[in-house]
Amino acid sequence: MSQSGDALVKLEGVYKHFPIKQGIFFKKEVGRVHAVDGVDLEVRRGETLGIVGESGCGKSTLARCITGLHPITKGRILFEGQDIGRSPGKAFRRDVQMIFQDPYGSLNPRRRVGSIIGDPFDIHGTASGAERKRRVQELMELVGLNPEHFNRFPAEFSGGQRQRIGVARALALKPKLIVCDEPVSALDVSIQAQVINLLKDLQDELGLTYIFIAHDLSVVRYVSNRVAVMYLGKIAEGAEGEELYERPRHPYTNALLSAASVADPDAAEKRERIVLIGDVPSPIKPPSGCRFHPRCPKAQETCVGEVPVLIARAGDPADHVTACHFPVEAGEHLAREQAAIEQLSTEPTLPSA
Amino acid sequence: MSLTDLEADASLPAAEEVAAAGPIQGRSPWQLAWARLRRDKAAMISLAIIVLLIVMALIAPLISKWIGYAPAFGDRKLGITEDGLPVGLNGHHPLGTDRLGRDLLVRAVYGARISLIVGLVSTALATILGVVVGAMAGYFGGVIDTVLARFMDVTLSFPYLLFAIALAAAFGASTPLTVLVITFFSWASIGRIVRGQVISIKQREFVEAARSLGAGNIRIIFIDVIPNLLAPLIVLATMTIPVAIVFESTLSFLGAGIDPRTPSWGNMLSDATETYQVAWWTLVVPAAFLLITTLAFNILGDAVRDALDPRSERLFAAQKAGRKKKK
Repeated sequence: MSQSGDALVKLEGVYKHFPIKQGIFFKKEVGRVHAVDGVDLEVRRGETLGIVGESGCGKSTLARCITGLHPITKGRILFEGQDIGRSPGKAFRRDVQMIFQDPYGSLNPRRRVGSIIGDPFDIHGTASGAERKRRVQELMELVGLNPEHFNRFPAEFSGGQRQRIGVARALALKPKLIVCDEPVSALDVSIQAQVINLLKDLQDELGLTYIFIAHDLSVVRYVSNRVAVMYLGKIAEGAEGEELYERPRHPYTNALLSAASVADPDAAEKRERIVLIGDVPSPIKPPSGCRFHPRCPKAQETCVGEVPVLIARAGDPADHVTACHFPVEAGEHLAREQAAIEQLSTEPTLPSA
Repeated sequence: MSLTDLEADASLPAAEEVAAAGPIQGRSPWQLAWARLRRDKAAMISLAIIVLLIVMALIAPLISKWIGYAPAFGDRKLGITEDGLPVGLNGHHPLGTDRLGRDLLVRAVYGARISLIVGLVSTALATILGVVVGAMAGYFGGVIDTVLARFMDVTLSFPYLLFAIALAAAFGASTPLTVLVITFFSWASIGRIVRGQVISIKQREFVEAARSLGAGNIRIIFIDVIPNLLAPLIVLATMTIPVAIVFESTLSFLGAGIDPRTPSWGNMLSDATETYQVAWWTLVVPAAFLLITTLAFNILGDAVRDALDPRSERLFAAQKAGRKKKK
């Protein structure tokens, strides 16, 4: 994305491919999953960058690359100007934390909550004994848990409370960046709001920077300053939050936004819905040119052959970048074009009952 | 009804604990499993039998003194009939004697020592070896995994009885050799299961979380992986003990295990092949000890698995049904 502000993390042409191996003795690489395929991204200090996209588009892999859990195949990840390389050091581990999607899977069921939250202190040797316990209880209070419960097991907490434990653990070392990988998608809606508000409050209080990954557009809109839309391992569009939601340029973003549910029934009735044809193509053999072209209502010859670059398109602010040869103009009706394509490409079907 | 009432209703011991400890304390999965195990009657009887066996093995010299015969003493006066046959159950020899007039109860109790020592030691060694190799293979993967997993396959495909007999022929039958042989043929099946478990635990998010916090491999293996492995491991070990005991008896029976002069259940069974047609007790006594011991360990192992695995609600369901009937 564009260059401005104080960059905390910078991704330069990051690739993450997973080899697919076959054979028992002599494993042969028979293919690769292109999970993250050339991502340039910048996260500024103190902001929340939202990353949205369908399941399987590489969001979680990208998150794990940024936290150093997956060594990247190609490219560079700079944290405060330093390349983190293939095995990040202890300082990086302290400064970058992660909140996981599954509040049931991310806590060791055999350990007491106190030792789970206190783990970071042990690993980095920053506090022990009574000091450690005091800080664990402070953290529990900070995230809205009863500090008296430090002796309990994860199984004795609800989903929302468990996610708070995960948040407390992530906060223990006073990190600079927290990567939230779908932190609320496993929770009930009412609990989602609590956890999101907790994250927002903590950001204000502690000056944290977030990378917030989700597939729920309204959640991302609520928390993010800037939003990046991912499709099949690549960034399709990126912009400042409201700008992206009000004036989406990439046809994929348009389709995503049109699929999100709207609380107002009148507005819901009026708006047009773009229903994408087919499934997300396999990341093992991604389509040529623009990754979105097989499903795009605006696709043309160029889109099949040429990979669109992620730049600001005519009439957009410098911050609004789109990887599309034919970005959507204001007042354009994608759904109608889509309907036309569908009529041409599919057999006539019976009118719906 | 408050939450504490509900808990008290669900399990009485828990209520006592709470009352004793004052504020509500989180009960560890182990405490919960123990509470569940305690409610299983078959398991408790098995446990009692095992404890009794251990006590008998420990006080074997006392039992020997009380009966009045040493394990290797052939009682020519009261232990053998005039025709030179073993005597049956009587006041002097509560479980009869064998063909040399040796007291079967005393020998069986001494045999329990051998069986339990061999069973427990070889299971312990096999478990340690299995965990180390299995955890390394599962955790590190790649080439290490390929090499170790193939090694386990090779071990498992050995014709173990042939191998054991050949070893005994080469080095002479002895207790340490028996332990080594049993260990060698037991660790691989434990290692395989551990490997599979470690592979699945390794992919859980809490391991990733630990790694993202900066925890090293050793810390992750000992703090995150092995504790989650303990439950299946305890079950596995409990189930391996009877197998090892039977293995020892088999080897001894074939003359490839414990020194034939040492009383052991396998040796006693081997001796009995010559006399069982005229003196059934020479066969039945060691066989009964062996059967009861292995059965007790197996039932206990099953119950431990039920108690440790919260998903198997079989036990609870049966008890709830029982409680309803009473009402």
